[in-house]
Amino acid sequence: MNPGMNAALNSGMAPVATPFFFYMLGGLAVAGAVLVITRRNAVHSALALIVTLLAVAGLYLMLYAPFVAGVQIIVYAGGIMVLFLFVIMLVNIERASKERRFNRMWPLGLAAACALMALFVSAFVKGRALFPDRMMTLPESSNTQQIATMLYGEAGRMGQYTFAFEIASLLLLVAILGAVIMTKKKI
Amino acid sequence: MVPITTLHYLVVAAALFVLGVIGVLTRRNVVVVLMSIELILNAVNLNLVVFSRMWGNLHGQLFAIFIVVDAAAEAAVGLGILIAYFRNSETINVDEIDLLKW
Repeated sequence: MNPGMNAALNSGMAPVATPFFFYMLGGLAVAGAVLVITRRNAVHSALALIVTLLAVAGLYLMLYAPFVAGVQIIVYAGGIMVLFLFVIMLVNIERASKERRFNRMWPLGLAAACALMALFVSAFVKGRALFPDRMMTLPESSNTQQIATMLYGEAGRMGQYTFAFEIASLLLLVAILGAVIMTKKKI
Repeated sequence: MVPITTLHYLVVAAALFVLGVIGVLTRRNVVVVLMSIELILNAVNLNLVVFSRMWGNLHGQLFAIFIVVDAAAEAAVGLGILIAYFRNSETINVDEIDLLKW
């Protein structure tokens, strides 16, 4: 399926200080997420979300996914967050920053989220054997090329995901049309 | 120190997911609710990428890229709907948007 990948497995350079970077980036991501859902001002939430997105991009780099990390930084932190900040500027933040942050049903929502967390914890404790400890080493330098081969195909043949790629472009086109029509003056 | 395994990343992703769910269920501001949905999508992406590394192939990373595409489309349409609604009713609080409620 991907010739050359298996040969390169387990032959990369040994990473240095992996636990330190993992705990730093993971802690940054979780701390940013906590700030996102607790800040009163939506602009502060957006800035905390950018911290989380960049930390997750760092985790992608640690997982041998440099292309996904680049996409994360360019599309998420660069594109989607600008869209969010722009919309926050358009809707008035002065009124929203004086009001209650949480809705009246917040204890129920918190209880539901705690139940979900208990489910995750029990799944991870009971299903520990399902996740083997082995971590493959993916080739990093040819990562983008392999992804492109799977997306676009090679030597005139369609790749495995070419059709899905075309569908995704159609989805983006529909989303652009929907966003333009939604923000028109007279709807 | 303990070497970092798949489970470590899964725990981080689960924490992000639960925090996103809390944001969706408890916040009033629609913009923050949409940001929490982005958090949830990021948790799923992290899971996919770590499984991609666990199995040693790139299909998980491909799925993560497709999910980023979905997130962009969702944010564009969601924020467009939000602006259209704000222009009509001057509010972006979830519990005041009850036009379809019986």
